[in-house]
Amino acid sequence: MLLFWPIVIPLLTAVLTLLAWRSTEMQRGISLMGALALLLAALAIFSQVVETGPVSAQAGGWPAPFGITLVADLLSAIMVLLTAIVAVTVVIFSFSDVTVEEEHFGFHPLTHSLLTGICGAFLTGDIFNMYVWFEVMLIASFGLLVIGGGKTQFDGTVKYVGLNLIATVAFIAGVGLLYGTAGALNMADLHGKLAGRSGEAVVLASAAFLLFAFGSKAALFPVYFWLPASYHTPAFSTSALFSALLTKVGVYAMLRVFTLVYDIDGTVFVPILIVLAVLTMFFGAMGALSQNSLRRVLGYSIIASIGFMVLGLAIGTPLALAGAAFYLFQDVLVKTGLFLGAGVTARLTGSELFARSGGVWRARAGFSILFLIPALSLAGVPPFAGFWAKLLLVQAALDTNAWFLTFAALATGFLLLYAMGRVWAAVFWSAHPGGESAITAPLGATSLLPVAVIAILVTYLGLSAGTFVDLALRVGAELTDPSAYVQTVLGGAP
Amino acid sequence: MAEAGPETVLVRKTVLSHGAGLWRFIPALVAAAATLWFAQFIGPVSHGDIPEYVASWVPQLGISFAFRLDGLALAFALLICGIGAMVFLYASAYFRSDRRLLSLQLSLMAFAVSMVGLTTADDAITLFIFWEGTTVTSFLLIGFDHEKEKSRRAAIQALIITGAGGLALFAGLLVMGSLVGSFRLSEMNLAGDVIRASPLYPVIFTLVILGCFTKSAQWPFHFWLPGAMAAPTPVSAYLHSATMVKAGVFLMARFTPALSGTDLWTWTLVPVGAFTMILASVWAMRQTDLKLMLAFTTVMGLSMMTMLLGIGGPYAVAAAMTFLLVHAFYKAGLFLSVGMIEKGSGSRDYTEISGLARAMPHTATVVMLAALSMAGMIPFFGFIGKELIYESTAHAHFAPQAVTAAAILANALMFACSGMVAIRPFFFRPRACPKDKPADPGWALWLGPTILAALGLLCGLFPSAVEHVLVAPMVQAVAGEGLPGHLALWHGPGLPLYLSLATFALGFVLYLLLDAIHTGLAAAEPKLPRTESWYDGFMRGLGKVARRTSVLVQNGNMTSYLRRTFLALAAVIWIALLAGTASWPGFRLSVEAIDWAIFTIITASIVVVLRTASRLTGITALGGIGSGIAIIFVIYGATDVAMTQLFVEILVVIFMAIAMVRLPRTGGVPFVPLNAVVAGILGVAVSVTLLMVLGTGLDLSLTEFFEENSAPVALGHNIVNVILVDFRGLDTMGETAVIAIAAIAAYAVLMAGRKRARGGE
Repeated sequence: MLLFWPIVIPLLTAVLTLLAWRSTEMQRGISLMGALALLLAALAIFSQVVETGPVSAQAGGWPAPFGITLVADLLSAIMVLLTAIVAVTVVIFSFSDVTVEEEHFGFHPLTHSLLTGICGAFLTGDIFNMYVWFEVMLIASFGLLVIGGGKTQFDGTVKYVGLNLIATVAFIAGVGLLYGTAGALNMADLHGKLAGRSGEAVVLASAAFLLFAFGSKAALFPVYFWLPASYHTPAFSTSALFSALLTKVGVYAMLRVFTLVYDIDGTVFVPILIVLAVLTMFFGAMGALSQNSLRRVLGYSIIASIGFMVLGLAIGTPLALAGAAFYLFQDVLVKTGLFLGAGVTARLTGSELFARSGGVWRARAGFSILFLIPALSLAGVPPFAGFWAKLLLVQAALDTNAWFLTFAALATGFLLLYAMGRVWAAVFWSAHPGGESAITAPLGATSLLPVAVIAILVTYLGLSAGTFVDLALRVGAELTDPSAYVQTVLGGAP
Repeated sequence: MAEAGPETVLVRKTVLSHGAGLWRFIPALVAAAATLWFAQFIGPVSHGDIPEYVASWVPQLGISFAFRLDGLALAFALLICGIGAMVFLYASAYFRSDRRLLSLQLSLMAFAVSMVGLTTADDAITLFIFWEGTTVTSFLLIGFDHEKEKSRRAAIQALIITGAGGLALFAGLLVMGSLVGSFRLSEMNLAGDVIRASPLYPVIFTLVILGCFTKSAQWPFHFWLPGAMAAPTPVSAYLHSATMVKAGVFLMARFTPALSGTDLWTWTLVPVGAFTMILASVWAMRQTDLKLMLAFTTVMGLSMMTMLLGIGGPYAVAAAMTFLLVHAFYKAGLFLSVGMIEKGSGSRDYTEISGLARAMPHTATVVMLAALSMAGMIPFFGFIGKELIYESTAHAHFAPQAVTAAAILANALMFACSGMVAIRPFFFRPRACPKDKPADPGWALWLGPTILAALGLLCGLFPSAVEHVLVAPMVQAVAGEGLPGHLALWHGPGLPLYLSLATFALGFVLYLLLDAIHTGLAAAEPKLPRTESWYDGFMRGLGKVARRTSVLVQNGNMTSYLRRTFLALAAVIWIALLAGTASWPGFRLSVEAIDWAIFTIITASIVVVLRTASRLTGITALGGIGSGIAIIFVIYGATDVAMTQLFVEILVVIFMAIAMVRLPRTGGVPFVPLNAVVAGILGVAVSVTLLMVLGTGLDLSLTEFFEENSAPVALGHNIVNVILVDFRGLDTMGETAVIAIAAIAAYAVLMAGRKRARGGE
């Protein structure tokens, strides 16, 4: 039953906040309570999975593979836990970020609906059910993008919805083909039914549909244009939520489907993924260098990070998958910290444009450090979490004698370091054009607390790398050999 | 009254930092205590009893948090903490009334910790973490005057150069760790023969040396160091002369057992070291800002050590280690003294100040002492260092004449530079300097430089003490064998002594020609190639490529985005289809008349949709396609599904028609051949895939289960309904939620639109 809570709690919270829409105070209270309850549920699942290995639950009591199965292996449990952490920080931050109008138009119900979809996608063991959660996410994110109501928001939303609809159609088409080919939707069942069939054109073609669908969600080259067009437009809380989790759901789906459902080892998908990963890293990093506005730089940095994770999937060794997983975990926190931090700097300086901001370091040194920590982690600077992710990936590339991929990963890290250096110089170091007195906005606890929590977590992940690398390696091992997952779902002898 | 509040606070803060602010001495005291703590290991280490600390960190990858205090590490730890104590004290006076003192002290402390960690680490990853720590703290410290464009530029430049080198080092360390099977530096050093024999050796060497050369400012990466002089004096003295820039030299020394002794090592380190050495000492003569001049002589000192480590063997290592200490003492002393000159007189440009000896006797004495050591005069420590250098260059395996000649020229230029800093500001006729009444600064400023300058003299007078305490353990750690011979001021007449005399003579001539050389160099400067312009070109190019690529990809045009998207989808499908083994269905040639009818309806509808100029016609035709599909459902007995499909089609047509009527009229959609091609490629891909799916047998186990259990267990006779609400009820719940969420989103859009309409007036 435990596995249903991360879906039920946000759904219930969404309904309750909707019912309480007349009172902003009540909405906020319910919203925060819901996020905290989600955190508790996620912690319970995480601790159980760490102890006993993968757990599963059958919706409606129908045995797998006939009903819909929810499964939490380590990867799912950690992603749900991270989702809950992000939810709590973002909800707290939203109290001082989102306008009353946006709250009135449904910020809280939409946020929790989005969380429902995200948790559902992480926990489901059924590929059609995953499609349903993707739809929930898409429609909720659409709502969150438009509630601000600005013209740029509508423009961004059109591009966002445009591509995501195509991706959704490709997803359902891929699922249909898969069902036609293998007669199954349960992913553990598919694992068995597709074993040894990875040379068939139909199997590969259905994988191609799904790769396109997940790649679009993850903002992979060449279908990432919707992200730079839309992520800088909504409220900062929404930006942070999207950046931390939405693209990651795409990466999660790739990690799941291309290890559990398809055995891509030795197929054409390995070179495809390698090429796409490298190009994504390159274009993401280049995009980050080309922009002169904080959230646009950060938006492109998401794309570059996605490239790193897909690179790990493409290399495909247990170490590389562990690297991809570690990168995924830390990047959820890093992107939350950076986008919430961007919200704070924009409020302090009055602008996101480099030319019109500055002076934050002098005025708010403490907050500046809180921003610096995720920024350094993004660039892979030790001892923060991002360094260990990079270490695992580079080591995995070196172990397979992939010198070019090693170079690509290090060079992207270098470009991201430069991109963060530019941000630091422009927003934090240079004098504010309005003079020293321009920065007077007070910073309340609801702004600083979330940013501080994220900075502490990013540091803690790096300093206690032993524990977390161990978790990532376990994830890598579970992805490489999904027998425990399959057994949990379908039963049978180990 | 309301406005008086903040002012009072401000005043109180200023008073605090001026008067009772004893807290500002805390960093200096901490560093002094750390020096004493490290000093207790001098005895054991010199007897070969090397303390180690190992804590497991990431055991799965063989990474530990390991430290090992051998002679080299101990000497560096003592230098970092000892000079650190003096610099922190100096900084607390230098920035006494500056409100940024606290952040400066914190950054300096963070740097010192990184530096001690770097030099004492015995694990490659531990070392690298502290290495990057010095890069980041150095970035923050160079940009201390961050409101100046120049400082920010210099900080970014240092970050780029040392950051890139750091990544190379990182890769090198990982390759080396995999090869040796351990990340422990002590074990890597024991496996030197394995590493040198491996085909990966050139790769490892190149990557590690790139890290060392960028950090220690060797050509062609040297230019960031003079740039880093944008930092305030205490920072330059500490990071960019005494400690951080020596990290590269330290690492070369650290890896001497593992990597040295090959032709590649010698042929890289000696020429690069020698070339950088000459280049830097010549450009030192060009400067009139004493701090910049010292920055170039620092590059020269680092290159000298690089060259000596390249020569290798116990003599050259002994020379390198001795010179490292010599350099640390006099260079930190001189940097701090130049700060004293600047504080006392208001300038550090020797063309603006002269005759200060009378007004600033203490400063003049300190500078004189340090400069004599730099010039390598008897009986200073610098003399001993210089003798050892000549001893080892004369016996180098690699072009001894050329190397010795280069060393003589560089040392002579150093001699001239010493004259520049010791004579020009202090002697000749006094003239008006920027400050009216130049005077010696207070004790906190002079204490550190005085001790450092005095150390240069004391070490020269008592060489055996410094030999036992520092040099011999360092050489033991680096060369793996004891110090050959002993440090002594007087070795009697011999080649080194004659070479020293030649250096003095040449240096004296160069000093006399200083102004002419300076003028000549200044005139030649614009015409000479500079590696910094390569850097500038690279950064400009990078910016240009970044902007071009993003404009290319992110052009803002939805049509082009869609085209690219469909093309990408078609491409992956085709690649997948062509890569796999095809499975074609057996075709049934007899097609029923009803099939033809449906085919005709759908095809005709598509043609209409594509060709019509009227929106309403297009929408209606779309409905035709849907109806055709509904009929297919009917044929196969899925009446429920067909009805749903029909309802949806009807509603879609109605809603779209209502919406479209309100939109402004535009002309028909132009025919774009490229789009037609993309659509064709994708359409054929999807059709081929569908055909192939028919060629595989359908697994009906789910259907059978639903048929068997629908009525008896789920108590429903309509299987579709049972699937929707029971077997796969979770899907239906999700889809229902989608509808509710869509309603919320629609409300938001409508309200936002209304608000905008109002606000837009």
